[in-house]
Amino acid sequence: MSTPDNLKYTKDHEWVRIDGEIAIIGITDHAQNELGDITYVELPAVGKKVEANGELAVIESVKAASDILAPIAGTVSEVNNALDDEPEEVNDSPYENGWICKLTDIDASEVDGLMSAADYEAFIK
Amino acid sequence: MPFIANTDEQRKEMLKDIGVSSFDELLKDIPADLFAGEINIPAGKSEMEVTNQLQKLANRNANNLTCFLGGGFYDHFIPSSVDALSGRSEFYTAYTPYQPEASQGTLQAIFEYQSVICRLTGMEVANASLYDGGTALCEAAMMAINITGRNRIVLDSGVNPIYRNMLYSYSKNLSIEFEEIEVKHGQSDRTKIEAALNEDTAAIIFQNPNFFGGVDDFSDVVEMAHAKGCLTIASVYPISLGLIKPPGSMGVDIVTGEGQSLGIPLSFGGPYLGFMATRMKYVRKMPGRLVGETEDTNGKRGYVLTLQAREQHIRRDKATSNICSNESLCAVRAIIYLSLLGKQGIQDLAYICATKAEYAKIRLGKIKGVKVKTTTPTFNEFTLELPCDASIVVSKMIDKGFAAGFPLGRYYSGMENFLLVAITEKRTREEIGMYAEALEGIL
Amino acid sequence: MSKLIFEKSIPNRKGYSLPELTDSEKECNLHIPSKYFATEPPELPEVSELDVVRHFTNLSLENVSLDANFYPLGSCTMKYNPKACERIAAMDGFASLHPLLPQLRGGGMLTQGALEVLHETENLLCEIVGMDAFTLQPMAGAHGELTGIMLIAAYHCDKGNKKTKVLIPDSAHGTNPSSATIGGYKVVTVPSDANGCMDMNAFEESLDESVAAIMLTSPNTLGLFNPDIHTLADKAHAVDALLYYDGANLNAILGKIRPGDLGFDVVHLNLHKTFATPHGGGGPGSGPVGVKESLIPYMPTSIIVKRQDGTFALEYKREKSIGYIAPFYGNFGILLRAYVYILLLGKEGLSRVSENAVINANYIMAKLRDKYDLPYNRSCMHESVFSATRQAKNGVTALDVAKALIDRGFHPPTIYFPLIVKEAMMIEPTETESKEEIDSFIQAMLEIAELAETDSESFHALPKTKSITRLDEKKAVKDKIFSV
Repeated sequence: MSTPDNLKYTKDHEWVRIDGEIAIIGITDHAQNELGDITYVELPAVGKKVEANGELAVIESVKAASDILAPIAGTVSEVNNALDDEPEEVNDSPYENGWICKLTDIDASEVDGLMSAADYEAFIK
Repeated sequence: MPFIANTDEQRKEMLKDIGVSSFDELLKDIPADLFAGEINIPAGKSEMEVTNQLQKLANRNANNLTCFLGGGFYDHFIPSSVDALSGRSEFYTAYTPYQPEASQGTLQAIFEYQSVICRLTGMEVANASLYDGGTALCEAAMMAINITGRNRIVLDSGVNPIYRNMLYSYSKNLSIEFEEIEVKHGQSDRTKIEAALNEDTAAIIFQNPNFFGGVDDFSDVVEMAHAKGCLTIASVYPISLGLIKPPGSMGVDIVTGEGQSLGIPLSFGGPYLGFMATRMKYVRKMPGRLVGETEDTNGKRGYVLTLQAREQHIRRDKATSNICSNESLCAVRAIIYLSLLGKQGIQDLAYICATKAEYAKIRLGKIKGVKVKTTTPTFNEFTLELPCDASIVVSKMIDKGFAAGFPLGRYYSGMENFLLVAITEKRTREEIGMYAEALEGIL
Repeated sequence: MSKLIFEKSIPNRKGYSLPELTDSEKECNLHIPSKYFATEPPELPEVSELDVVRHFTNLSLENVSLDANFYPLGSCTMKYNPKACERIAAMDGFASLHPLLPQLRGGGMLTQGALEVLHETENLLCEIVGMDAFTLQPMAGAHGELTGIMLIAAYHCDKGNKKTKVLIPDSAHGTNPSSATIGGYKVVTVPSDANGCMDMNAFEESLDESVAAIMLTSPNTLGLFNPDIHTLADKAHAVDALLYYDGANLNAILGKIRPGDLGFDVVHLNLHKTFATPHGGGGPGSGPVGVKESLIPYMPTSIIVKRQDGTFALEYKREKSIGYIAPFYGNFGILLRAYVYILLLGKEGLSRVSENAVINANYIMAKLRDKYDLPYNRSCMHESVFSATRQAKNGVTALDVAKALIDRGFHPPTIYFPLIVKEAMMIEPTETESKEEIDSFIQAMLEIAELAETDSESFHALPKTKSITRLDEKKAVKDKIFSV
């Protein structure tokens, strides 16, 4: 199970990466493994405003649906439309091709309250 | 005791194996004051006695009237094999097919039902059924609101008034706004519809044929709606689709209807069959169960309940709908009925119903004081204008052995003299003639 | 898998016969402009009557069904459906009755027998569950839930109460939160305690003036009865929150305990569970809703009333009614079957139902508890929830156990529900099964537990006795083939 060091993590198993003015969000390797084969990702509308812990997206496997919560507040600026055709990218590449969406209008310091890779690894043990 | 197999001796043996000395000991955690005293209902009766009692009640219903009553619910003939096959207990004593290997019979039948609904309506995907035509229409309205994120519905008054009442009831606690458009000369009023559609409108709902029996081509209304980004919802009568243009080729987005005509008895209002079909792009927003094709581990074709993550047992408060039980057995009846009828039969049946209705219009139009409304073409149901209150006429016709039709004043004020008359393949030329004579005698 | 009916189609083959039009009818032209006609006929199959009969007969044989197999599907109450009910529902005086007849002037008189059936069914259900009035209109359990929530909303609105939330335990059926949301409320989930009942501390923390209702299943989906129900009801009523009873598990207490006496204000029943109407492969069901007196003014249109002369009529105009929730009087054919069932069993029969259902369930629990884990180890009511966690350690999941049962001639229990139990297997034998049938099921479960220890690998190829093996559900989601 991989947990890259350059990301921040939530207790709900989302990761976030700050890239300048933008936050990129996805779910962790651990989360995709627990969910099993992902069959659909309900992506948010671009322009949607979310609070921290607000509902951002829904990930479906054959017999489960899980909410993806926003790790920090912001406005959805881009979504990973490739997941419409290949939702399995979330399983195959949770930290790269399987990213879910990007947020702008963020306060980058909000991520300080989230877990580091080491904390997250300890959390899921 | 009927239907309980275990004898008292077996009960004792089982209680002993459980490790208790009496049944009451099993319930010892339940405080004694929660138990009810004696329940005041009659003692059980034998099957013979109950059957006789119910036969007497059945005899007190006037099912011997010759039926010219429709209003969305029609007296069609049901072939014997529909009862024989749907009455197989392998179908009716099974549960929801959650275990696909043990339920391929139900699953394949429903897959075939979904296919036949798509073929009838000209749509891309149909669900496994909803309760009835009215709740199906309410679900369609909710679906349109979810898809568009808008909360206004334009509602044509040609939609069955019972269904319109249901739409109002269901939306009472949700912020949904309705605008009802009066039908003009028996037809949907294009000018008013166009004016009512705007950027807040989630959908327009219309019915074909409408409640007055009028047939229409809604292609232009669909265009108007799409120009404003609104969806279109059509409630349709499936038998009419053997003859008239399907909603799919008018560009309609969601189609619903009452499937009672497809081999399901009138049975005083239910169980019936709500059907729903839509475009593939909206499938994830569609309520209800859905059967899909797949393969087993050997690559052999099979069927499963699919896209279940939309449904209440998984999504709970975020589901597309709260529906769980549907009308599976009625859907099985519908696919059996439509298979028997076939491609030629559905056209012939539709043609017979429509032609007999034209015959009845001519025959009844000859009666002094009776005017047949002819502003719109009709299918199997049409409106008569009588010289007096239609409900009084209907009441007198009952004494002559006819359920003469539906008095429109019941739902439309100002239409007290109007009578809605329905014809199916069951109404013979002689019956229509006798109906005309009886009506002539009354007026 | 057998061919689809469409794949059996042969051009110009017919399976129907229709009456010929007479000459005078044939002379009538259709006055429908050509632009209103379909350009192509619907592509229905072209098959003979025997083709249809054989096709659907063979399809039916692919089903495991209650009439042929033990069907201990938890929470679904798969009891025997008496044949008498079927024959009576098919009587012409009921089956061919048009639902609009009572709306013709004086029309109630045309359907006195049917209205009496409905009125008597309402009265019997009121007495059986201790409520003051019933509407029979809801066409399924979930439909009953929504109706109940609408009634609760109308009650609060009428009283000027500002209510926004509905409390629901985490063990509830998914329909509860879904119905409450569609009814316009926000759902607050209350966790269960170590005994499997609603955690009273968490309940009290969530309970405030903004709570419209608490939806409970009793016994709950774990098959456990909450002994604190009176306390819970008092606390709820203190803030004018109403108590809603989900009747999914009424079979456990039928004739013994009445939800109305426990303090419930609104109940829905599943006639296709407790009152023996057939499940039909997933429906039609029937979900009547009973209320206490304070909610009667809001009952849906129409209401059946008994006149002083003993005749029955339908009342449509009621100022505070929530309006139309169904087109007519509910699933009459199903209500009729339930009425017949109650008449056949009577007072004593109904209470024997719950006794035998509870004994059968506890018997299974006693016989299987050594081999399967019991997350809540106390006496159960009409069903018990096991967990396949012990077997899962060897790689045999609840799903594998289910498939192994299919090969032994049994319908599997409900699996993976309630969601709060890992590898859940929910077993509900019902009262109509005999000790011998139950013993052979127990035997099968014990064999499966043993096999899970010795040969876990063999499970993945199961079931082997059906026309197909395990189906690829992921492929179904991905391919999206819903019709041909």
